[in-house]
Amino acid sequence: MTKRTIQLKMYRYDPDKDDKPYMQDYTLELEPSDKKLLDALVRLKSKDDSLSFRRSCREGVCGSDAMNVNGKNRLACLTDIDSLPQPIVLRPLPGLPVIRDLIVDMTQFFKQYHSIKPYLINDAPAPERERLQSPEDREELNGLYECILCACCSTSCPSFWWNPDKFVGPAGLLAAYRFLADTRDEATTERLDNLEDPYRLFRCHSIMNCVDVCPKSLNPTRAIGKIKDMMVSRAV
Amino acid sequence: MTVAKRTFDAVIVGAGGAGLRAALQLSESGLKTAVLTKVFPTRSHTVAAQGGVAASLGNSTEDNWHWHMYDTVKGSDWLGDQDAIEFMCRKANEVVVELEHYGMPFDRTDNGKIYQRPFGGHSQNYGQSPVSRSCAAADRTGHAMLHALYQRNVRANTQFFVEWMALDLIRNADGDVLGVTALEMETGEVSIFHAKATIFATGGAGRIFHSSTNAFINTGDGLGMAARAGVPLEDMEFWQFHPTGVFGAGVLITEGVRGEGGILRNASGERFMERYAPNLKDLASRDVVSRSMVTEINEGRGCGPDKDHVLLDITHLSPETIMKRLPGIREISIQFAGVDPIKAPIPVVPTAHYQMGGIPTNYKGQVVAPKGGNVNAPVTGFYAAGECACASVHGANRLGTNSLLDLLVFGKSAGESVVEDLNSGNLSLKPLPADAADVSLARLARLEGQTNGESVFDVGLDMRRTMQKHAGVFRFDNLLKEGVSQILSVAERAKRTEIKDKSKVWNTARTEALELDNLIEVAKATMVSAEARKESRGAHVRDDAPDSPEFPNGRNDNEWLKHTLWFSEGNRLEYKPVTMRPLSQDVEPIALAKRTY
Repeated sequence: MTKRTIQLKMYRYDPDKDDKPYMQDYTLELEPSDKKLLDALVRLKSKDDSLSFRRSCREGVCGSDAMNVNGKNRLACLTDIDSLPQPIVLRPLPGLPVIRDLIVDMTQFFKQYHSIKPYLINDAPAPERERLQSPEDREELNGLYECILCACCSTSCPSFWWNPDKFVGPAGLLAAYRFLADTRDEATTERLDNLEDPYRLFRCHSIMNCVDVCPKSLNPTRAIGKIKDMMVSRAV
Repeated sequence: MTVAKRTFDAVIVGAGGAGLRAALQLSESGLKTAVLTKVFPTRSHTVAAQGGVAASLGNSTEDNWHWHMYDTVKGSDWLGDQDAIEFMCRKANEVVVELEHYGMPFDRTDNGKIYQRPFGGHSQNYGQSPVSRSCAAADRTGHAMLHALYQRNVRANTQFFVEWMALDLIRNADGDVLGVTALEMETGEVSIFHAKATIFATGGAGRIFHSSTNAFINTGDGLGMAARAGVPLEDMEFWQFHPTGVFGAGVLITEGVRGEGGILRNASGERFMERYAPNLKDLASRDVVSRSMVTEINEGRGCGPDKDHVLLDITHLSPETIMKRLPGIREISIQFAGVDPIKAPIPVVPTAHYQMGGIPTNYKGQVVAPKGGNVNAPVTGFYAAGECACASVHGANRLGTNSLLDLLVFGKSAGESVVEDLNSGNLSLKPLPADAADVSLARLARLEGQTNGESVFDVGLDMRRTMQKHAGVFRFDNLLKEGVSQILSVAERAKRTEIKDKSKVWNTARTEALELDNLIEVAKATMVSAEARKESRGAHVRDDAPDSPEFPNGRNDNEWLKHTLWFSEGNRLEYKPVTMRPLSQDVEPIALAKRTY
């Protein structure tokens, strides 16, 4: 098998030695087993160990290796190298402070996630066995609970770029609806109150970048729409 | 260099299932607790578990914990400690129901209970027929569980130190554990976490192998730290090769696929497991299925141009079942095998998956080591749970779904033990030795100053290839002997790894070098323990210990019904007895027998 060579253009910044960020060009020879973008990055790191990025499961469930690839937020481990036009331009997720290279500071993203109280609230005495839930009611959680908190969605959202401290963002709102939709949760009023604000929920303008980029094919815009519906129906 | 010091009642290292479950116990008890984790908690490898968690809820088929205990002891090839196994199986319903109360989105039966599916090695009535014991959230059970546990910890206000890598265990002259040193990845600063109790929940080290289902982070950090600090590692020769890793990529395909009716086929389309396990067939335990697959491949019945894999077939299942019960598997197959399993079978091959051995503990999660004639003397202040620990419930082979159960039961139990030991005054904040951080600082200084060394990547690659070749599914005396000398020479090279990146900030080259130190301890423990065990048992099967009338399946209970303890210092081995007596007086021990499925 002939060896494939690819061209990459990568955002580099190490605050320990660089005054400002720059783009670095790489030519990389791949092995036949290198199929995903993450394989290429691991290969590249074996040659330049200063290149920094997060990675763990390499199968799209841990959410570590989200980055901006040719202008679109994606998981490196689920992106086929051969599907990408070259040079492959890699940048950190937009809108969050860069710590180093492709590593961003996700504090604000998680702060918003935590702000929606991402846990089941049911203060009734717990039964001895499981709380019952019909398969149909459980079905309501599909498309919600699978979120891996990779931040592809929130960091592709212009409303989140503008107001990361005030707008919960698509990932946090998807999680908010995951609990609103759970028949076992008893905090509906409290959860809606928590989002009743010009920014927290209503800064979503249905731009739908979140839907476009979600590597798990989830639809935060739809979940946000359902929360808005709940707001309306309780107001009337 | 001055080293900052932080003080806590308890420090937990690792925020996967076991660490988070333990943290909950401590946070809800109001103890000042720090959870150190080198990745954000929901990125821990528990997230990748797919098929389910075992509990004899009996929601679909009749079940009870006695049957589960029998299956687990038999699955362990009688190397599991029966007190710990009884404890785990009896606690299963409680911890799974708790998780449901925390909000875990289990699938449901028509009457609204937790959905359960069959899984390998789990049976009704002491081996008679398959049982639905695996509580599942589609094929994303680990993801659903890890997120539910993290969320509950958010509610409990647990204090996390995210992206902090623990470096070394701190012990005093008496051997008591006083905490750990840790590196903040964003700044490169080292701190001491001084605590009355230290819980390790650092997961496995599947990355010692070249072909592994494990995440990059599974580098056995807790095992390396324990071994360097003089704590032995137990039963490290026993590694589970999961039957169905995606051929080429190594990504896991859950046994739940076979639980839902999937069938393994060889090149002629034959359902070959009928020959090896006439009763449970494709749902025999994992060691048996993996060996059967490798035998098919070795005897020329493998699939593909190089006859080097077999096929996992679910094309006979309805697309609705696949979409509902196995949606994640379909994604993985399309992504990593280029195959839509609705239309075509998935190419699979046995792949390193789980470490049955680990840091020795008792059923309370206390770390134990030989001291003054007691082979199971608790190490004061030290606890461990989950894959890094060896309680030992999995013995020589773990049953599918017992790992998620293990981390819930023993995560909780380790947490409870810490609370109990603190309340009873058994634990106190002991003075730190003056040199508490010296080992860590020396390791970092060595890396900083190393010249003319080898790259971490090259040494790591040789370690992984050596383990893959010399300690695989089938083991050979000559390969093991060679493997020992080769891995010891790789270990020498690992002492001189060199990194080019000297930045303080988020230096992943440094992290990977430190991780390699941990992997090397695990690799040595594995190879040396495997070479020494001259019998076949569970996942450890040698060519020179074949099936015979005297030694059924090659197992030699007279000489080898015992746990291995490997000590890093001196690279030496000791052994200790298996606990054959269950925890409760009124529970009958599961008597030794030949293992068939």
